[in-house]
Amino acid sequence: MSTDLKPRKAAPAKAGGRPARSPRLRSSIGLKLVMAVSGLLMVGFIIAHMAGNLHVFEGRESMNDYAHGLRTFGEPLIPHESLLWVMRLGLIAAVGAHIWSSVVLTRRALAARPVRYASKKPAKGESRHAAATMRWGAAVIVLFVTWHLLDLTFRTVNPVKEVPDAYGAVVAAFAPERWPVTVFYLLALVALGFHLRHGIWSAVQTIAGPDTRWRARWQAAALGVSVIVVAGFAVVPLAVSFGLVN
Amino acid sequence: MKLKLRIWRQSGAEAKGRMVEYIVDGISEDASFLEMLDVLNEQLIAEGADPVAFDHDCREGICGACSLVIDGQAHGPQAATTTCQLHMRKYRDGDVIDVEPWRAGAFPVIKDLVVDRTAFDRIIAAGGYISAPTGTAPDAHATPVAKQDADAAFAAAACIGCGACVAACPNGSGMLFMAAKVAHLARMPQGQPERHTRVLGMVAEHDASGFGGCTNTGECSAACPKEIGLDVIGQLNRDFRKAAAKAA
Repeated sequence: MSTDLKPRKAAPAKAGGRPARSPRLRSSIGLKLVMAVSGLLMVGFIIAHMAGNLHVFEGRESMNDYAHGLRTFGEPLIPHESLLWVMRLGLIAAVGAHIWSSVVLTRRALAARPVRYASKKPAKGESRHAAATMRWGAAVIVLFVTWHLLDLTFRTVNPVKEVPDAYGAVVAAFAPERWPVTVFYLLALVALGFHLRHGIWSAVQTIAGPDTRWRARWQAAALGVSVIVVAGFAVVPLAVSFGLVN
Repeated sequence: MKLKLRIWRQSGAEAKGRMVEYIVDGISEDASFLEMLDVLNEQLIAEGADPVAFDHDCREGICGACSLVIDGQAHGPQAATTTCQLHMRKYRDGDVIDVEPWRAGAFPVIKDLVVDRTAFDRIIAAGGYISAPTGTAPDAHATPVAKQDADAAFAAAACIGCGACVAACPNGSGMLFMAAKVAHLARMPQGQPERHTRVLGMVAEHDASGFGGCTNTGECSAACPKEIGLDVIGQLNRDFRKAAAKAA
């Protein structure tokens, strides 16, 4: 047995004796902070996106006006599509940071248990579904977002090519005969719901480190936000599929 | 009672291990889990076979030496209980029980069910202490500590360093162990001077030892024989963020 208690690898020191910044960012907690902050930014986007979708229930004009408004926001003070591009670049940065940190942490986690247990036990921690759903759920969400961009942003696979007609594109995307798209959308929402249920309180735990009572409150809040987000997104394709919006 | 055991046997650190089946008979329900293994080992010695190596010391739940994963659960099925305090009355005649060592890259197997937990000592050596002038013991009330801080520090200090948190964690993370020490000292006036260097040093050593990161599943806390809560990991995260920002 090794009895050498000297730290194996100290953080490399910069001039002036301070440890360098990047090893801390790449430490297991630093990476978690990157994941938490980028995740919360995306949660903010998702809530806004969900709320914006509900314009579909106000009819074609309201939905298309909303989509147009996102493009012309702040004109003529700021250039066309400024808001949209800030959102797009911010989202791309958040998605990149989120995936980068998760890949690094997942690889470390797999390396930290080179030999697996022969017998399995049911999870009994506070977030029982997390180990089983976060990583696979993330893969489902990535596949879904890819399809979603091709369908409703670039319209590559959508029959409605006219960009201003957001309403028409939504109605075409979830038309009854395209029911597999709707089913995939709903499945992806379930994955997103599980992801948010753990991800939101986990992010708060990483950033703010609440005490036991506040942790329970944040867990409840995370569940509430997940249910609202999933329900808010799900009503649109369901309403289109069942002919309530056409 | 008669039991079928499937135990991880590995003759040495570099050897290839496997699960081996044994039958033990005449086990009293009042026996502890370790006493049941003692009966098996007496049987193996009588047969001229190599007894099963496992860690144990106080056998009263306070030393942190015993370390078995029983049916996939660190310290077995009973909450807030070390393996030595688990009793055979939890089992029925004819049960099949799997026994494995803690599984973590940072805890290499030495033999059979014994793992090398020196990595925990290295984490403590990297900051999990206070520097204090020696001399006679100070007066009990020389440094006042608020009741709620004393209680929280005491709850965190209940950690016996067994490593069940690492064994139970899906990521093989040592975060609960490290956080218990950080939270314990962060609540005490004596822990303040080294508070920031402590957390940075311990986290760096934790990662260098090959433990995984925390994903807040809570498996560590559920397996902890001393019921240390996830709030200590919250405290660790908070202290790390402040220390990293200040040192930047």
